[in-house]
Amino acid sequence: MEQRIDTRGLSCPLPVVTARKKMLEMKNGILEVLTDTGTSCDNITRMAVNAGWKVEAKEEDGEYRLIISSKKKQRG
Amino acid sequence: MLKEFFSSRKNIIFTGIFIGASAAFLQKLGNPSNMGICVACMERDIAGALGLHRAEVVQYIRPEIIGFVLGSLIAALIFKEFKARSGSNPLIRFVLGFFAMIGALVFLGCPWRTLLRLAGGDGNALFGLAGLVVGIWIGIFFIKSGYNLGRNQKTNPIVGWVMPVVMVGLFLLLIFRPQLPSGAIFFSNKGPGAQHAPIFIALIIALAIGFFAQRTRFCTVAAVRDVILIKDTYLFTGVISLLLAAFVSNLFFRQFHPGFQGQPIAHSYQLWNFGGMVLAGLAFTLAGGCPGRQLFLSGEGDADAAIFVLGMIAGAGFAHNFSTASSSQGPGLWGPASVILGLIICLVIGLSMSNLRKKGKETQ
Repeated sequence: MEQRIDTRGLSCPLPVVTARKKMLEMKNGILEVLTDTGTSCDNITRMAVNAGWKVEAKEEDGEYRLIISSKKKQRG
Repeated sequence: MLKEFFSSRKNIIFTGIFIGASAAFLQKLGNPSNMGICVACMERDIAGALGLHRAEVVQYIRPEIIGFVLGSLIAALIFKEFKARSGSNPLIRFVLGFFAMIGALVFLGCPWRTLLRLAGGDGNALFGLAGLVVGIWIGIFFIKSGYNLGRNQKTNPIVGWVMPVVMVGLFLLLIFRPQLPSGAIFFSNKGPGAQHAPIFIALIIALAIGFFAQRTRFCTVAAVRDVILIKDTYLFTGVISLLLAAFVSNLFFRQFHPGFQGQPIAHSYQLWNFGGMVLAGLAFTLAGGCPGRQLFLSGEGDADAAIFVLGMIAGAGFAHNFSTASSSQGPGLWGPASVILGLIICLVIGLSMSNLRKKGKETQ
């Protein structure tokens, strides 16, 4: 199941903390994260990759859309 | 592609090495001992130069602070990350900046100088470092409990340009040194404020630090926070690199003098070295980053970070006018009281802005 969180406007470290909390709740699946700073994009990407998830990031007008998917789900 | 290059681990290590070696080099060129770079001390010197306090030995417009903001601005413009934003509880951020400075000036250094004092052999810094980690840990407790200062909003670009323009103004005051009837601009004739590296070398080094730190997101407080909070060692490797590079550079420049007594711009009242940095660490964590990081964010258009910086500068004025700042003789008359008051206020902020208060009400 795909879930979505909007971390735009939140200051560091809340975007990565919020994304991590959601990923721990989900355990697997697809999470879409919206964020609006390069720092948050970097932090969330690094955290997700370290946790073994796959990340696709798209930048549009200074905002970032991260599609984070668990590798477990993809194999299944 | 280039963005990914800068956020790689080898670049945070490079940034840490560059900052550590630069600090030792700036000390060699004239900056005060174990204070090649100290964001808190340097902002305090700027407050003194502007007459916000009248401690005659710590008054100078430090080009390093100017360079940090403008270097970050240049990087943010090149990489299209300059974005004016504000509105995330600016008054609370001002208060946090104020008390971060109060705590830092009881210890006599920011997180950067804590590392640099350690790298210069100052054993007293171990107590400051322990305090810093405890302060960050308390801040993490609040973050885990839902602490949130609220969302910022995109705003008119001119808001993001305020801090860079202020820095250009400070640079002009440094170069032209106008003398006003009040005696301002004030420049120390003796003491740490009179010790400084050549202006343009310091500025160029600081511009480079600001540039690299903006790209790599270098932050000494987040380095510790991220290890504890999300098990991420990326920033921590940068901080360790800074410490080791400063240590090796100090050995090279013969600036390493191990011991506890008689250390430069330091005291050995360990309870208040510890307590001062608990306060600073907590305030920095509640505001989202170390004082260097707040300057880099100011450079990329974050007006809330700029307010935090202004809070620190106001805190520096207060610290010297109200005898809360320490000297090499020990804490100021009201130093311990100011740390306790600051801790109470920061704990109230942490409690009020997290879910703890709501949970407490629910259980009643």
